Amino acid sequence: MSPMFEYAPAPESRAVVDIAPSYGLFVDGEFREAAGGRTFKTVSPSTEEVLTEVAHAGAEDVDTAVAAARRAFASWSALPGAERAKYLFRIARIIQERSRELAVLETLDNGKPIRETRDADLPLVAAHFFYHAGWADKLAHAGYGPDPRPLGVAAQVIPWNFPLLMLAWKVAPALACGNTVVLKPAETTPLSALFFADVCRQAGLPKGVVNILTGDGSTGAALVAHEGVDKVAFTGSTAVGKQIARTVAGSSKKLTLELGGKGANIVFDDAPIDQAVEGIVNGIYFNQGQVCCAGSRLLVQESVQDELLDALRRRLSTLRVGDPLDKNTDVGAINSAEQLARITELADSGEAEGAERWSPACELPERGFWFAPTVFTGVTQAHRIAREEIFGPVLSVLSFRTPDEAVAKANNSQYGLSAGVWTEKGSRILAMAGRLRAGVVWANTFNKFDPTSPFGGYKESGFGREGGRHGLEAYLDV
Amino acid sequence: MTVCYARRYAPLVTMPASSPTAPAAPPPAAPPALADATASDAALRRFLHGLPGVDAVGLEARAAQLGTRSIKTTAKAYAIDLAISMIDLTTLEGADTPGKVRALCAKGVNPDPTDRTVPKVAAICVYPDMVATARQALDAGGGQDVKVASVATAFPSGRAELGVKLADTRDAVAAGADEIDMVIDRGAFLSGRYMKVFEEIRAVKQACARADREDAHLKVIFENGELSTYDNIRRASWLAMLAGADVIKTSTGKVAVNATPANTLVMLEAVRDFRAATGTQVGVKPAGGIRTAKDSIRYLVMVNEVLGDDWLHPDWFRFGASSLLNDLLMQRQKLTTGRYSGPDYVTVD
Amino acid sequence: MSEQSGNTGGAARTRLGVAKTYKLFVGGKFPRSESGRVYEVTDTRGNRLANAPLASRKDARDAVVAARKAFGGWSGATAYNRGQILYRIAEMLEGRREQFTAEVAAAEGLSKAKAAARVDAAIDRWVWYAGWSDKITQVAGGANPVAGPYFNLSTPEPTGVVAVLAPQESSLLGLVSVLAPVIVSGNTAVVVASERAPLPALSLAEVLATSDLPGGVVNVLSGRTAEIATPLAAHADVNAIDLTGADADLARELETAAADNLKRVLRPADATSDWSADPGVKRMLSFVETKTVWHPVGV
Repeated sequence: MSPMFEYAPAPESRAVVDIAPSYGLFVDGEFREAAGGRTFKTVSPSTEEVLTEVAHAGAEDVDTAVAAARRAFASWSALPGAERAKYLFRIARIIQERSRELAVLETLDNGKPIRETRDADLPLVAAHFFYHAGWADKLAHAGYGPDPRPLGVAAQVIPWNFPLLMLAWKVAPALACGNTVVLKPAETTPLSALFFADVCRQAGLPKGVVNILTGDGSTGAALVAHEGVDKVAFTGSTAVGKQIARTVAGSSKKLTLELGGKGANIVFDDAPIDQAVEGIVNGIYFNQGQVCCAGSRLLVQESVQDELLDALRRRLSTLRVGDPLDKNTDVGAINSAEQLARITELADSGEAEGAERWSPACELPERGFWFAPTVFTGVTQAHRIAREEIFGPVLSVLSFRTPDEAVAKANNSQYGLSAGVWTEKGSRILAMAGRLRAGVVWANTFNKFDPTSPFGGYKESGFGREGGRHGLEAYLDV
Repeated sequence: MTVCYARRYAPLVTMPASSPTAPAAPPPAAPPALADATASDAALRRFLHGLPGVDAVGLEARAAQLGTRSIKTTAKAYAIDLAISMIDLTTLEGADTPGKVRALCAKGVNPDPTDRTVPKVAAICVYPDMVATARQALDAGGGQDVKVASVATAFPSGRAELGVKLADTRDAVAAGADEIDMVIDRGAFLSGRYMKVFEEIRAVKQACARADREDAHLKVIFENGELSTYDNIRRASWLAMLAGADVIKTSTGKVAVNATPANTLVMLEAVRDFRAATGTQVGVKPAGGIRTAKDSIRYLVMVNEVLGDDWLHPDWFRFGASSLLNDLLMQRQKLTTGRYSGPDYVTVD
Repeated sequence: MSEQSGNTGGAARTRLGVAKTYKLFVGGKFPRSESGRVYEVTDTRGNRLANAPLASRKDARDAVVAARKAFGGWSGATAYNRGQILYRIAEMLEGRREQFTAEVAAAEGLSKAKAAARVDAAIDRWVWYAGWSDKITQVAGGANPVAGPYFNLSTPEPTGVVAVLAPQESSLLGLVSVLAPVIVSGNTAVVVASERAPLPALSLAEVLATSDLPGGVVNVLSGRTAEIATPLAAHADVNAIDLTGADADLARELETAAADNLKRVLRPADATSDWSADPGVKRMLSFVETKTVWHPVGV
């Protein structure tokens, strides 16, 4: 039976974005073709429509970009902090002005819902630049000595799950501290970084301060291995993070890594149950679960398990999966065929290993990369879906009986990025927060981000922090 | 005494056709599934304080997120008509006169004189002394199916002896009110005398009964703004439902904070959970401060996504409002004509 | 070792000194190397001082187990408690000042006066770090003013089990300077002593054992740095490694191995370190993790 109150399509207009037929690399303040002339196509994951063609940077382009950044470093780092600050404030303002355009662009290239790019990604991007702008002339007060110096050229490699936001997390602190950057956006989501290049142009940013190289993994590998870089910052998979750590071993390159996670979202029997359900949904279905700090393991106290799961299933039945540009869409497309295959494989392993699979009834579009929100119950610590990062809209539900058991299970992971605790008892929150080995603990909330709040992992989730006073350390010679 | 009263009237009460799961009569006690909860003052207190807590920030974030739903074209047309049909068109002024009430009734029956496809409102809501006037005006104007709702029980403060409240209620019922909007004793609630509030609601519920026709439906107003916390609103919701409320209502419209999406969301969750626990469906009425079509659609979105189809009906969801109707009408005209309307194209109340 | 008894002259019988058997320090106990191996330790002129255990990869493994076991208690102790224990170490060391002066003089080829100055500096360093235990959290943590109704607090927490390759040259002051900043914040440590001059480190273990420091918080291994450090760098239950005592080639090798479980790596300093300089907070901050806790603010 169709519902009585059926929402009509409410698509955000694409007209606000003008995507050119092709894009070059942004090096030394101008767009140019790759030295090797190679290009690749970027598609919209929700339709598989080719959006445009972008240059594929090779080793020679890496040389050129690093050299440009090196040249720019001398004057950029010598600029009074207050002047650097003004450039960053300008960038923040231009991003605010162009946020609708950038939100639509991001949705097109990434597949995530416009509701999220509009309400989460873009406001955070602008906020990140605004926050770090203010640091540029106050570094002496940041706790890193009276005159902390920048490192030099920062090589930054970012993922496809929050393309522009991850760019902001990397570029804003780097520039505020006086570094210049060569940034490589993810292969499947190059466009917002290229539009950011135009934002830099509009802000009048000196040439060479920000360079953007589009390409694939080989481009990123060449960049982080380049002898001319002083700093490597990477956000992405733990496997690639380890490879980068090996690459920079023995060098003087400063390294920060923001990697995978298998966050435990722990719900006690005295939790605010309706908000916990929202937190679970936000924890694993936000951005299609393609979030390193996703609450992908639900640890629920056995005494409320049935009640909570009933409520969760009921809530999931109201999730709207489909056209990411529709303003009412809650769950959009998976970013790529490759990622979809990985999610599918892991979800299938969950079934094969005996966990019980459930998804709400939802029709998935025929074209594009789609995966229905999925819940696995009856999961144990021994299941692959309880241990491996799925990076998709798949929740693994485990149960516990006591706080000690919850802590033990939550910490029983190679990762340590995020955790959630849901209980109305204050002292228990603090005790749990203290014992969880994770860089971010969300108590009675989940997946909250702020430029003032340091973010980063324990264990194999990486090291270094992004955001806040702590995040500056990654870009200062201290 | 309660039990006798209920037994006496039970055979005379017919189940409202539109309310398939509503209780047939003032319940002799709380629904069987939760009978223990009201066994004593202490038990009731334990029960209410054992309800899951409400995290204010998470609740408000959820309400705000639902508020970003974009309701366009056909969905908007549907929602506007549904909202109109759910309005308790209200006048609760010291200056109310029969003339004013008759005008309001005429408007409730024919909200848009230029467009007869506009649905009637659900009810006209007045003080008890205007109930008869309203009923007559509605019946005379083709609005036999529009209900008359009356506030009672020393509305809006509730500061009167129970006897006075019951007399107030019986008066309105006798005058032909289909629905009674009572206020709870917030003083008793806030001081933790839950059983007093419970007994009072039950007593008023009994005063809603009548021999000649269907009992008046009871709406219980919490005055959320005075209860102050969402935990209190959740407790008040359960307390009222245990006591037999047919509808739980946010506010009187007479204090600073009236219905908000968040405090209404708590009540929606409560009626959802109450039906799951007892099988009894209870309605919800946000009142006060809902002035625009956009506001009302936000509420309907909440009802849709929290409760679903079962509550998307005037029997189960109402808006206590006055100026809301004109904005809905202007939005409706915009959808029909394609151009924006203005206040000169709708009727003043 | 250095406390050889000498002739007291004449025909009087000379007393034969009681030489110390140096042992490893693991889990609060003093075991020999499970390998049964020792190596001869000499002073800077090549005179034999003593045999030291030549620890094996299995000793390293045992030390990691002990350090992991001790982590919960040590990291969960109050900062005040940890501070008092570090101060107690200084007290105990002060009481054995003469012994350490002699050991350091022999190990590093220093005059007695210079050795005494290094021992004093080492004692003072414990005192300095003792005072840091309940301040580093305030200096490195704090509330973050997020743009929303949330309480948000960042706190540095200990990283876990830290492998520490003590400096090769500075047998006591250098050792203390790399060890104290690791344990003051609540980490537990597996220390690889200076390969050539391990005796002060092994003696320091005796001080640690009598300073109320829970067993396993510090574990001291002597032997070939590369042999012990290699399994530590690759060990999946070691969270961080301080490469101070490694040369460039070894450091690169160990950092590469450390990538397997993404250990935090503190690279060796470029120049010869001046261990008498103000240490600053960098070492402490290299072995803490910032944890940020969010909670809604609402009634």
